[in-house]
Amino acid sequence: MFSKRFFRGGAAVPHRKTTADCETVVMPPPPKVVIPLLQHIGVIGEPKVQKGDAVKVGQILGDSDKAMSAPVHSSVSGTVSAVDFMLWAGGVQVTSVEIQTDGKQELHPDLKPPVVQSKQDFLKAVRDSGLVGLGGAGFPVHIKLAPPAGTKIDTLVVNAAECEPYITSDYREILENGANILSGIELVLRHLEIPRCLIGIEDNKPEAISALKKLCAGSKAIHVVTLPSRYPQGAEKMLIWATTRRAVPAGKLPADVGVIMMNVTSVSFLAEYMKTGVPLTRKKVTVAGPCVKEPKNVQVLIGTPLSDVFAFAGGFSSEPRKVIMGGPMMGVAQHSLETNVVKHTNALLAFGPEEGQLPPSTACIRCGRCITACPMGLLPLELNRSALKNDPDSLGKFSVATCIECGSCSFVCPSKIQLVQAIRLGKTQARLAAARAALAAKAAAGVTP
Amino acid sequence: MSSPLLVTSSPHLRAADTSRRIMLDVILALIPALGVAAWAFGAVVLIPVLCAVAGAIAGEYVMRVLILKRDNRLGDLSAIVTGILLGMNLPPSIPLPLAFLGGALATAFVKELFGGLGMNFMNPAMGARVFLFLAWPSAMTVWTAPVDGIAGPTPLAILKGQEAAGAVLPDLWHLFLGDRGGCLGETSVLALLIGAAYLVARRVIKLDVPLIYIATVGVLTWIFGGKAAFFTGNFAVHLLSGGLILGAFFMATDYATQPVSRMGKVVFALGLGLVTAVIRLATNYPEGVSFAIILMNCLVPMIDRYTVPKAFGASNA
Repeated sequence: MFSKRFFRGGAAVPHRKTTADCETVVMPPPPKVVIPLLQHIGVIGEPKVQKGDAVKVGQILGDSDKAMSAPVHSSVSGTVSAVDFMLWAGGVQVTSVEIQTDGKQELHPDLKPPVVQSKQDFLKAVRDSGLVGLGGAGFPVHIKLAPPAGTKIDTLVVNAAECEPYITSDYREILENGANILSGIELVLRHLEIPRCLIGIEDNKPEAISALKKLCAGSKAIHVVTLPSRYPQGAEKMLIWATTRRAVPAGKLPADVGVIMMNVTSVSFLAEYMKTGVPLTRKKVTVAGPCVKEPKNVQVLIGTPLSDVFAFAGGFSSEPRKVIMGGPMMGVAQHSLETNVVKHTNALLAFGPEEGQLPPSTACIRCGRCITACPMGLLPLELNRSALKNDPDSLGKFSVATCIECGSCSFVCPSKIQLVQAIRLGKTQARLAAARAALAAKAAAGVTP
Repeated sequence: MSSPLLVTSSPHLRAADTSRRIMLDVILALIPALGVAAWAFGAVVLIPVLCAVAGAIAGEYVMRVLILKRDNRLGDLSAIVTGILLGMNLPPSIPLPLAFLGGALATAFVKELFGGLGMNFMNPAMGARVFLFLAWPSAMTVWTAPVDGIAGPTPLAILKGQEAAGAVLPDLWHLFLGDRGGCLGETSVLALLIGAAYLVARRVIKLDVPLIYIATVGVLTWIFGGKAAFFTGNFAVHLLSGGLILGAFFMATDYATQPVSRMGKVVFALGLGLVTAVIRLATNYPEGVSFAIILMNCLVPMIDRYTVPKAFGASNA
């Protein structure tokens, strides 16, 4: 019933889904895990355990009473060996819990399937599960599912686009846990009283599309929408546009156009949690890239050091120059293999010097390819120039805050200019300038800060 | 681990195309037209082109490296593109030192003095051509007919009635194939279109600016070009002669000197068509493509300022 749909712009990034046919293998618990208490957008959790404590799988390690937060659970049974500031994969130091595992993987006795009788029960269960947006952003899901009063949500969009190169973890989830995806969607639709669900998926995954269509054949409310494979099809605003033809206004949320969007693995996990009561403690991760000896999809315990995950994938065939958590377009380059898998890790990629090293930039020839590629309709070359001049007025004029940092501009630039990198800098410059202006206005009004 | 891991901001992948490759594509796209010129006038006519290229390379090197003490960027091939385009805009009989000088002026003054590749406010080849045209008008307006090698008028000059009675317009088919008087690169429309098709296929240029430009010239010369009444102009000759095809596909599409947004490009192309038609129909000059391009080049910053596109999801207010 749906024809092919398209957003404006984007880039034809290579697919390189080398692990598409690799069935997920379960990795045994590593000797040691490090679990950061901040694995989401929002407030970091207070530590609930101390050095020396014995912990079990699913036990709460950290939580906060602030709304914008999510609890963090132990992925292993073992003994806490440290609670301290440690560098996490995002590149900053956060309070983390280090646990020496005992290999028994005993479940915490309090874990039981939640009893859900109302919407409030449901949202509490979602929070208790520790679920954050598994597509990569890590936004606490219980917040996303509770839009402000008065907002009418009529569509749940499930993101199965998986538009980043290499990553196949969502794809494997669809093939391996389809029933969970269906019941997860039905749970959300029922408890939030949303009439329909659209599953957006790129057309380079025919097997997953037919699997989803088969699953949803009996449902009138759930539709599979096949979309062209074009990066960044899975970006929130692009996918909502492609599936519903609604444009999320700049600075607004999907709920403002009546949409809630969830990642396909998130809905699948939700169904599993409702059945078992075991919170988010493990993650399906694509381990791939030219330097990985045996690329595969691995079910990894959260907190596992990257070095252990790569070792489980046969180690390196050649020495990596760059290791990325996430996809090559938006993932975070790691400074060491001693960082750890977190909730929203969906891929670990290792590149050699040829691809890891970025090519040198040459002069901008104003070819306009970055403009054609920008899915948000911005002028990346002008933003780049404004950011390099630290010109907040000009940055504002060219709508710097609208950039979703998908990296399409940098990808297509024939002069290899670090466009999105400069734009990130520009966003900070614009925020700083706004903060200074606000301070100055206060001072002028006679208020001392 | 012996060497540390490299940490950079995403994205970590880059497309294969480079700016150098784009310049190389433009050079390749100009080869059919140069080939036809060599066949029609004899290979000797390529010598002015080579002189212009040599001048462009020398101009960039002397200005950029020796005088401004900046890095040597000749490897980006843009100086060669400028030289070839200038060479193709010169009459075959041009004195060779003038061709060399034109190339040097183009890169040294129009390009490098304004910051080099991508920073020039005017197409370097067009700027240099207009300079030569104003400084040495006679050397720049002696046109050779291809077959007999005798100096003769160009089709546009005939159309304008500037030449002695008896000079006749070549028929359209010959204009299209290219055996007629004019600059090297202006002669064969067919060869230029083959090159342009290659650039489109390689996604180096888009058709928006050239097509709007050519269509505007066509419509305006058709409406206002006739001596007797409106809508009697010989627009086909206007489209096929002079530098319109070369200018529209190879110089109006110059990245550095056209607006960046889609709307801006439309305004730019309409302006090019208007100025070209006005110069051809209402001034003493038979040809207006060079003037139109450099005039509209100068307006690009203003066009850019008023045609910032609306971002996705931006409010209409």
